[in-house]
Amino acid sequence: MSVVLGLVVPGLPHPLLAPQASSHWAAIRAAYDRAARLVQAAIEQQGADLLVLYSTQWVSVIGHQVQADPEPVWTHVDPEFHALGSMPYRLRMDAPYAHAYAAAARERGLSCRTVAYPGFPIDTGTVVALSLLDPQRRLAATTTSCNMYADRGETVVLGKAARDAIEAGGRRAIVVAVTSLSARQHVRPVEPEDDHIASPKDEEWNRKLLEILGEGRLEDVSQLARTVAHQAHADSKMKAFWWLSAVMDQGNRLRGEVLGYGPVWGTGAAVVALTPAQTAQGQHEFDEDSVERYRGDHEVLDSSPETPPGPPASAPPVPPAPAPAPRPAAPAKGPAKGIDVAAAPRPVGAYPHARRVGELLYLSGIGPRDPKDDSIPGGPIRDAEGKPLAYDIKAQTRACIENVRRVLEGSGSSLDRVLDVTAFLVDMDRDFAGYNEVYAEFFASVGATRTTLAVRALPTPIAVELKIIASAGPV
Amino acid sequence: MANQSGKIVAGFLAPHPPHLVYAENPPQNEPRSEGGWEVLRWGYQRVRDSLAALDFDTIIVHSPHWKTTTGTHVLALPRFASLSVDPIFPNLFRYRYDLQVDVELARAIIEEGRRDGLVVQPMENPDFRVDYGTITSCHLARPQWDKPIVGLSSSRSAFYFSNEVGQEEMLALGRATRRAVEQSGRRVVLLASNSLSHRHFTAEPAVPEDMSAERPYSFNQYQWDMHVIELMRQGRCAQLLDEMPDFIEQATSECKDGSLTWMLGALEVPDWPATVHAYGTVIGTGNAVVEWRAP
Repeated sequence: MSVVLGLVVPGLPHPLLAPQASSHWAAIRAAYDRAARLVQAAIEQQGADLLVLYSTQWVSVIGHQVQADPEPVWTHVDPEFHALGSMPYRLRMDAPYAHAYAAAARERGLSCRTVAYPGFPIDTGTVVALSLLDPQRRLAATTTSCNMYADRGETVVLGKAARDAIEAGGRRAIVVAVTSLSARQHVRPVEPEDDHIASPKDEEWNRKLLEILGEGRLEDVSQLARTVAHQAHADSKMKAFWWLSAVMDQGNRLRGEVLGYGPVWGTGAAVVALTPAQTAQGQHEFDEDSVERYRGDHEVLDSSPETPPGPPASAPPVPPAPAPAPRPAAPAKGPAKGIDVAAAPRPVGAYPHARRVGELLYLSGIGPRDPKDDSIPGGPIRDAEGKPLAYDIKAQTRACIENVRRVLEGSGSSLDRVLDVTAFLVDMDRDFAGYNEVYAEFFASVGATRTTLAVRALPTPIAVELKIIASAGPV
Repeated sequence: MANQSGKIVAGFLAPHPPHLVYAENPPQNEPRSEGGWEVLRWGYQRVRDSLAALDFDTIIVHSPHWKTTTGTHVLALPRFASLSVDPIFPNLFRYRYDLQVDVELARAIIEEGRRDGLVVQPMENPDFRVDYGTITSCHLARPQWDKPIVGLSSSRSAFYFSNEVGQEEMLALGRATRRAVEQSGRRVVLLASNSLSHRHFTAEPAVPEDMSAERPYSFNQYQWDMHVIELMRQGRCAQLLDEMPDFIEQATSECKDGSLTWMLGALEVPDWPATVHAYGTVIGTGNAVVEWRAP
């Protein structure tokens, strides 16, 4: 189990700097202290060795940023709540993990970089969360920025990248979303003891979300994000829940516990613990698509007409402009890049999973290897000494087609847009019938053309490989 | 303080992309560049020339990157010195600053604002790190750092209520600022640290100063910027304020943070032509360097 504990915590400094000033802030501090005990238990009982944070208070523009300074040191002052005092810190960051995380994000198509600059202004939320959850700095950590333009797809993919790096490193992580529920603050001073949720509508939604989180239904909360952001003053459109659910495998199979909830300067501050479990809620109430690879607007620097730069918006009230000069021809584009899909088995040579030309996708030969561990579903066809083994052609064919699906979906297409299939079998006489039966399950209604060839061998001990041409546009 | 002898001698739209400091390679900034964004920097050179010819005591700067929700906050200790690292572009801006604050004028602005019912409060924590917007605009306008400043935060009312409410609050803060200046006996320069259109690209060229990648984010943003600048050039700031909520919505304008509106309020909504020193884009956002010399 790569993620042993998930936490939702608020990022305003009051529970750290002034818990005594208000019973509300003291209650959140008490909840934070309970969460800290869960962190200690996860270290001692489950071998947790890493804290991974996403903070809505660290805003980024150029993709996402991941903190990789091994020991950031500063005396931080919150720009709004400077009167509460200063926050001296000496943090412990896991630079190798941060680099792996950023690399995994780039692998999934995101713009992502690490930062490691002396004096970098680590945000209040990160400082508060690390100070209260792990005051002894037993765990190395890292923290992630919240891109101001990121949509659900981008943030979900970022969460998956965090998980990729956790799994690839064999880590046992505690993942933390530093976010308020509602984020509306008081615009006029209030007495600390009179603190309250700034809006009744926010209060209503906060309680609804906590009810769902208390049932461990994190992915349901993630999929409610747009609705909540539309109806209440959600913190950063609830992006932190997109990230947290993705890094916790986008499921509802969690045990949820609300450790505390209350107002902090008008915002809805909640401390929630989410523990992986097998017996809790399993089904999603909602059904938004998952996204494996980001294909958004980070290529906007390419000024070719095929990539219009921005959303349509109204023009200012100016008189009609003279007819524009003819648009100059777009500069010649460089060579197209191949597409690699993190969710598909790694190539065994110097080739991408796919390459797009116009609306057409050309896939490299795709075999049945399991992307997680390179094992072969249905078994290999020979052992290490070359001795033949029994294998299941149906299982291999099914796994092969699932890998094709992963590459297609990671490239902006899908199985139902396959145009042409070339299939390679190492034993036509033995395997054709089983292969043909499974093939029909997936492709009978697609209408793709197909050629099946017998070959002497394939590069790994597999019995079947598929070569695909598909449409990346409509069919 | 003297009475009724102070004056705002000029106001500048002085946007704060840290790229411009990075491109200039001043000794205070650690990263080195090969230039870039020259047109905007040439415009700032004209601002420096204007200020060199002006007799003034203090710079008041309103920055969108000191974001506050409970009203406006004002730097209110005599000196701040530290390292400013831009959290968004740390690769470009890591700047050592050492600045003086005109605390007397800062407190006068607080008092005048409160007199009008605004929430205005002093920032008196000595560990406070001044935001990079303030640092950038001040450096670009007056790199000598030889004049004390008053730093004003950006109140988030426009984000909590509406653009119209935010504008009204900023106009009121501008009027309060003017009264405080007049009562102070100071000769004061205003810096409104706002970009115009403000949708960024979310990717950066491998070399940040690669100007072949620099252009407006969209034609719509460019049209709006030109329209707004034309209103400034024609001295039609009342119309500009009327259209400001639409500009903010439709061009994702950073003027939502209130710096320009505050300054126009302090200048009593100029009806005389402004001097446009430069326009250019920085990672797709529209930036104009504009001067209103007081008549």
